[in-house]
Amino acid sequence: MHNLIKDLFLKSFNNPLLSTLDDSAIIDIDGQKIAFTTDTYVVKPLFFPGGDIGKLAVCGTVNDIAVMGARPLWISCALVIEEGLDYEILEKVIASMKRTATAAGIQIVTGDTKVVESGNCDGLFINTSGVGVIEAEPLRCENIAVGDKIIINGGLGEHGIAVLSARSDLGLKSAIKSDCATLNFFIEEILDCSEGIKFMRDPTRGGLATTLNEIVEEKPFGIMLEQQKIPIKNTVKGTCELLGFDPLYLSNEGKVVTVAASEDAARILESMRKHILGKDSEIIGEVTSRHTGKVYIKTLSGGTRIIDMLEGEQLPRIC
Amino acid sequence: MKYIDEFRDKKFCEKLAMKIRNILDEEREITLMEVCGTHTMAIARYGLKTLLPRNIKFLSGPGCPVCVTSNADIDKAIACCRTENTIITTFGDMIRVPGSSSSLLAEKVNGSDIRVVYSPTDALEIAKANPDKKIIFLGIGFETTVPTIAASIKDAKDNGLRNYYVLSMHKVMPPALKTLVDSEEITIDGFFLPGHVSTITGTGIYEFIPENYGIGCVVTGFEPVDILQATLMLLKQIKNGNPTVENQYTRTVRKEGNPAAKQLLAEIFEPSDAEWRGLGIIQRSGLEIRNRYEIFDVEKNIVLQIEETREHPDCICGKILKGVSEPPDCPLYETVCTPENPVGPCMVSSEGTCSAYHRYTEYRI
Repeated sequence: MHNLIKDLFLKSFNNPLLSTLDDSAIIDIDGQKIAFTTDTYVVKPLFFPGGDIGKLAVCGTVNDIAVMGARPLWISCALVIEEGLDYEILEKVIASMKRTATAAGIQIVTGDTKVVESGNCDGLFINTSGVGVIEAEPLRCENIAVGDKIIINGGLGEHGIAVLSARSDLGLKSAIKSDCATLNFFIEEILDCSEGIKFMRDPTRGGLATTLNEIVEEKPFGIMLEQQKIPIKNTVKGTCELLGFDPLYLSNEGKVVTVAASEDAARILESMRKHILGKDSEIIGEVTSRHTGKVYIKTLSGGTRIIDMLEGEQLPRIC
Repeated sequence: MKYIDEFRDKKFCEKLAMKIRNILDEEREITLMEVCGTHTMAIARYGLKTLLPRNIKFLSGPGCPVCVTSNADIDKAIACCRTENTIITTFGDMIRVPGSSSSLLAEKVNGSDIRVVYSPTDALEIAKANPDKKIIFLGIGFETTVPTIAASIKDAKDNGLRNYYVLSMHKVMPPALKTLVDSEEITIDGFFLPGHVSTITGTGIYEFIPENYGIGCVVTGFEPVDILQATLMLLKQIKNGNPTVENQYTRTVRKEGNPAAKQLLAEIFEPSDAEWRGLGIIQRSGLEIRNRYEIFDVEKNIVLQIEETREHPDCICGKILKGVSEPPDCPLYETVCTPENPVGPCMVSSEGTCSAYHRYTEYRI
């Protein structure tokens, strides 16, 4: 995927707005900066503990705008429906989108519907694009400096495990709910409490490990994490032990990685913890001048290892 | 998590690392082989090498079931995918392993019905739900996994299932260990023996190693504290000159193993010669399905069109599995052979030495 983006999309569509590869493009229209993003949602099953494809489609796009430091306002909704999909299912998904959008203070203002033959899509695919406005400077990777702290607003891997356990073929029954949530109000509050926030990104597909690797790629700094500090719920840990998965690579849909100036980190952490979406927040690492372009972790046992980009999907192991 | 976090505890690990440093002769290089792929992974994942002196060298042995599966066997599995009206069930690790010209993943893209399962019991369920199809389970693994596959065959027989088949590519550990210690290419000062294999087999099967070859052995668990404690136990054996088989993994492994599992295994399977990647054909190191269960044996019931086996001429997975070479010695490592486009199984399997090297590159401050 990573190579596809670099070798095909970036090369072909080549322009300065795209090449920053941020979660949203930042466009300046006569002095008013807007954030513009798009994402397509494909999830099996369509309903999982803690959410459904509709909620996911609103949260994901809202969050991609919010992490730029922008205020999301409007999104679109394009549906690809497999012939024969129950009307009730569609109704439920649309109600969930409406509910999520209202809670996030945004409106769904345009849309499209296509129906494809049975077997040509997995029930329902949704694309949402979104627009937001930026009043301050957008949060960009260039702001990051050595010594900055890495903060996460709660337990990792909950969305990944929730979706996995909702698949009947694994026979897993866990109490874990997806963390799927719109983060825009949370992020607004955090940004209001400190000038020291440098960068934010939501660690969705590929998890924290992938997001951090994207941050350090070709940069003159690296990141050192403290495994001890990384919040992961016991049920997520247990499921990962069973399946041989690494929670650092599991997807999240209600988490934001924040890079903040060292002197502000404690204050930011404190305000995060006051919010329901950040009550389990932790400072999990820092930006270092050593091992540039790489992410390392100080393990629970005191050793140190590299955290690499994951190639392909995590696969269940034999023994 | 209770009963796991204790075995990853930093203080315990540091204490053990200190004891190891104290007992170690600084002049001498010590080579210890972890036989099992899960050990290789744990050592890398917890950065254990960074806790230990440089003159302890860890070698990865032939204990990753995917890695030791020969190209010929992988081609056989691929041939299964090309048979009509079948559903292939497999452990996830096998999906990306390249054979001579294809892989299960490539076959899946070409339309074969291939499903990843966690256990052969899932394959049985698929067989029950699809009575008009042949369900093939790709059986790989050592003594650890074989009893569950034996149980699935027995269950299929007891329930009169006639559309369930197993391709048996299973292997057993002791003959491979013997081949390794007989090899003049490698010097090994001690073995971390596979904890989970030993849970089934017991510890008696290893006694020939200290007795006939004078090499120390410790049956080892898979958490950082287990591995460090086993390292200390091996170093003590080396220092005192009394090689023996010790059991570090006492919370799981008993001397006699698991008699019920052993009995089940012996009821369904019998020893056969098997080809190991890197080690060649080893007598009585494989397992084939006994005649009285042959209606479940792929090779006796389904005609397979197997392509001619070809090996990549530069891939040195074989040498890596024997511990003679390390991944960076390979001309393909991280140039042609990467986790995205693996050439050899040591790069594909999450437990493979090359994959562990690539993902968890050793880091020293």
